[in-house]
Amino acid sequence: MAALLQGATGEWEVVVGLEVHAQVISEAKLFSGAATAFGAEPNSQVSLVDAAMPGMLPVINRQCIAQAVRSGLGLKAEINLFSVFDRKNYFYPDLPQGYQISQFKQPIVGAGSVSIEVDGEVREIGIERLHLEQDAGKSLHDQHPDLTYVDLNRSGVALMEIVSEPDMRSAEEAGAYVRKVRTILRYLGTCDGNMEQGSLRADVNVSVRRPGDELGTRCEIKNVNSVRFVQQAIEYEARRQIEVIEEGGEIEQQTRLFDPDRGITRAMRTKEEAHDYRYFPDPDLLPLELTQEFVDEIRAALPELPDQKKNRFITEFGLSEYDAGVLVAEKETADYFEAAAEGREAKTVANWVTGTLFSRLNESGTGIETSPVAPAELGGLVDLIAAGTISGRIAKEVFDEMFASGRPAAEIVADKGLEQVSDSDAIEAMIDDVLARNADKVAEYRAGKHKLLGFFVGQIMQASQGKANPKVVNELLKGKLEV
Amino acid sequence: MAGAADLTALTIAQAREGLRAGDFSARELAETHIAAVEAARPLNVMIRETPEKALQMAEASDERLRAGTAGPLEGIPVAVKDLFCTEGIATTAGSHILEGFVPPYESTITANLWQAGAVMLGKTNLDEFAMGSSNETSFFGPVLNPWRRGADDSGLVPGGSSGGSAAIVAAGAATSAIGTDTGGSIRQPAAFTGIVGMKPTYGRCSRWGIVAFASSLDQAGPMTRSVRDAAIMLGAMAGFDRKDSTSAQVAVPDFEAALTGDVRGLKIGIPKEYRVDGMPAEIEALWRKGVDWLEAAGAEIVEIGLPHTKYALPAYYIVAPAEASSNLARYDGVRYGLREEGAELIDMYESTRAAGFGPEVQRRVLIGTYVLSAGYYDAYYIKAQQVRELIARDFRTAFAEVDAILTPTTPYEAFAIGERADDPIAMYLNDVLTVPANLAGLPGISVPAALSENGLPLGLQVLAKAFDDETVFRVAGVLEEAADFQAQPERWWEAD
Repeated sequence: MAALLQGATGEWEVVVGLEVHAQVISEAKLFSGAATAFGAEPNSQVSLVDAAMPGMLPVINRQCIAQAVRSGLGLKAEINLFSVFDRKNYFYPDLPQGYQISQFKQPIVGAGSVSIEVDGEVREIGIERLHLEQDAGKSLHDQHPDLTYVDLNRSGVALMEIVSEPDMRSAEEAGAYVRKVRTILRYLGTCDGNMEQGSLRADVNVSVRRPGDELGTRCEIKNVNSVRFVQQAIEYEARRQIEVIEEGGEIEQQTRLFDPDRGITRAMRTKEEAHDYRYFPDPDLLPLELTQEFVDEIRAALPELPDQKKNRFITEFGLSEYDAGVLVAEKETADYFEAAAEGREAKTVANWVTGTLFSRLNESGTGIETSPVAPAELGGLVDLIAAGTISGRIAKEVFDEMFASGRPAAEIVADKGLEQVSDSDAIEAMIDDVLARNADKVAEYRAGKHKLLGFFVGQIMQASQGKANPKVVNELLKGKLEV
Repeated sequence: MAGAADLTALTIAQAREGLRAGDFSARELAETHIAAVEAARPLNVMIRETPEKALQMAEASDERLRAGTAGPLEGIPVAVKDLFCTEGIATTAGSHILEGFVPPYESTITANLWQAGAVMLGKTNLDEFAMGSSNETSFFGPVLNPWRRGADDSGLVPGGSSGGSAAIVAAGAATSAIGTDTGGSIRQPAAFTGIVGMKPTYGRCSRWGIVAFASSLDQAGPMTRSVRDAAIMLGAMAGFDRKDSTSAQVAVPDFEAALTGDVRGLKIGIPKEYRVDGMPAEIEALWRKGVDWLEAAGAEIVEIGLPHTKYALPAYYIVAPAEASSNLARYDGVRYGLREEGAELIDMYESTRAAGFGPEVQRRVLIGTYVLSAGYYDAYYIKAQQVRELIARDFRTAFAEVDAILTPTTPYEAFAIGERADDPIAMYLNDVLTVPANLAGLPGISVPAALSENGLPLGLQVLAKAFDDETVFRVAGVLEEAADFQAQPERWWEAD
């Protein structure tokens, strides 16, 4: 059950709903042929339509439609075969048309859901809708002391606005929801989920109430661009609202901004100052009508989604709930794991991925998709262990070498002569040598001091530079000592 | 070799023949018209003349004529309403707010015309952003109608918003022109100036590159001296354009071939609701004459009902301003056109738009903003859309029974400048007979049919069902022949 917040006068429940704005992965913008790549020279990716030149008209980009449908299906949502684009009218310098083309009354995607997990508890969070809309350009206030510059590269780029139901009851749940939506979209290839570059951002609606009461008045915190900030903003805002109410005040419906430097939210505008967007159907565009075949084709080509993949990892590979969850959180990790585990003992591979590989990647700040150790190479290393060619201890050394040089395990093992010695003649000779040099300890052992076995094994391993097969050493050693 | 005066009186069809026969060159035709445009300056028909471009295009036409690769409009002088964006040539929409704006692109319609060989004479005056029915709202001043009330020399309006395009054709300074029609802006000025003006079915002509007024109503069309010319010209203008999502993916028929001169067996509907209050008797009489002409030609006349007609004008004056208020939001002083500096962003917006838009445009932006506002949207915009659907249904019902509808184009003749300028409602009544076709997306034409008692032209309107532009031409052709309208305005402006 949701964590309740303790106020001065009793317990409070926080209610959170999110509007996630996800930039659609597409070659071109939603209604123009201009490119969408991040980081291009300002105003280098602007068509006549994006700049709202007189007489220019929008033409819908089919690729963006397919991406929205794909996302809708990934969110287990109903696809509306008939939807309408509306104009949302307001003035701003980075909004060249003076309106944003969006979907108001009839969005392309209707109700769906996303399952999240917090502290081992799984909850379904309702999706109210997903609609397509144009992004605005960017106002640059830091280029000149008195002037604002406008970069229209982003103007007209397709966004999906994914609106949740007010189903979340804590900052953690909201964080888990954003991460999960991001994961799903990345699996689908419909949004790169890059929050630093602004490809994914969230408007956070927060209200508080006494447990069991009606919903309280909400405040909307605009444009929060990391999961951590989403959680911080909710925690701050919930506390603020509780304080206001407990001090006898009332919550005013507001749009607020999160200040990440101070970890607080600030009022931006009140309901009275809110824009009247004067939505109406865009007369330049016909209603969007999809065929069931179009939707079915997309459905048939959907990739395996994180929840399905996690279940498969558990049932097919015998992974733990936890390991499976860690591996599917990023599609790249799951893909890496599957490639490395192919034809191998999956649990061992999972341990290598979530253990040694993750920690090295973390240390070096590298993403798994650019890991110096490719999946096949990690697989090769695991093969060498399974075949008894190297010991587990040697394997760690080999891995570090692989990570540093990018060379295959077998090559490193051969070059450095790290193969495990399992040949009983060679090991027997080493044992005989160690026993001969420690005749006193042999006598003690035979007199009953059996814990000395570890000492002998250590000596022998040392003599073999760690390459002797410990199993063979143990067997042979016991045989010789028991005589 | 034809004389100069003859060249400016030619129809497209006649000029086409003359050019092909080598009676005169495209260059001669252009030169004659350039001179006529200059002579017509007192009428204030042009915002920008493009004589050099005309000569250059005419020379290219002559080459193609010699090479035998002439297009359907090869060498034909055309005047372009200054609402069409023309590459490298300033485009104003009749507004101060687009000052200095030179489009780096060519509208689809004008590009189609040049592709067909037409020669551009210049950009014609119009009501600001095509909002008006008298051409009095232009930032560049009113256009004068070449026609006068007999001996009365007070300046008359040419109608609007395509007033410059209508007047220039009527004045013999352009063989043809193009206009746009949102609520009657081609047909009404055509009627006021004694020429043919055709508004095609919505979706026939691409809107790409036309400064938008009301997107769901705007449609480009030809303004010419004969029905045949309009058919020839529309053939070159029309066609699917993937850059306009509302452009129709239908084949362009041979409109000229529709001029069979034969309306025998066609059923012509006469809508009783178009007898508006206060309609002058001579307009009624002309309408009856039109009925007689068609009946005499073998058509069957059927009285029909279009019961929601009386709601068309109010609905239009909600839908069109609503769309306009949004379409004109882009003129904000930020990227192109006029900018009036201000201390704050909001001051800049307000000063720019206050200085850049004239009173009629401001009025419509305000009306449009109001009807889309929270709390009023359902009562106005939604209601108007419902009315629009009822009007479209009226027409569908009617066209199940009849092939075409005959009405007068306007409820009265051309009026004097300033005569109606103070009463917007009276001004809006100009469009009462033309607006329903825009709301329903239907094709319509105005054919000059007679002179009024004051000696001013009057027009008859023919409507048909969507994408049956051919029937419009066919009926209009028969009316034209029966009316045999030969009157020309006296060239008083040349004497000045």
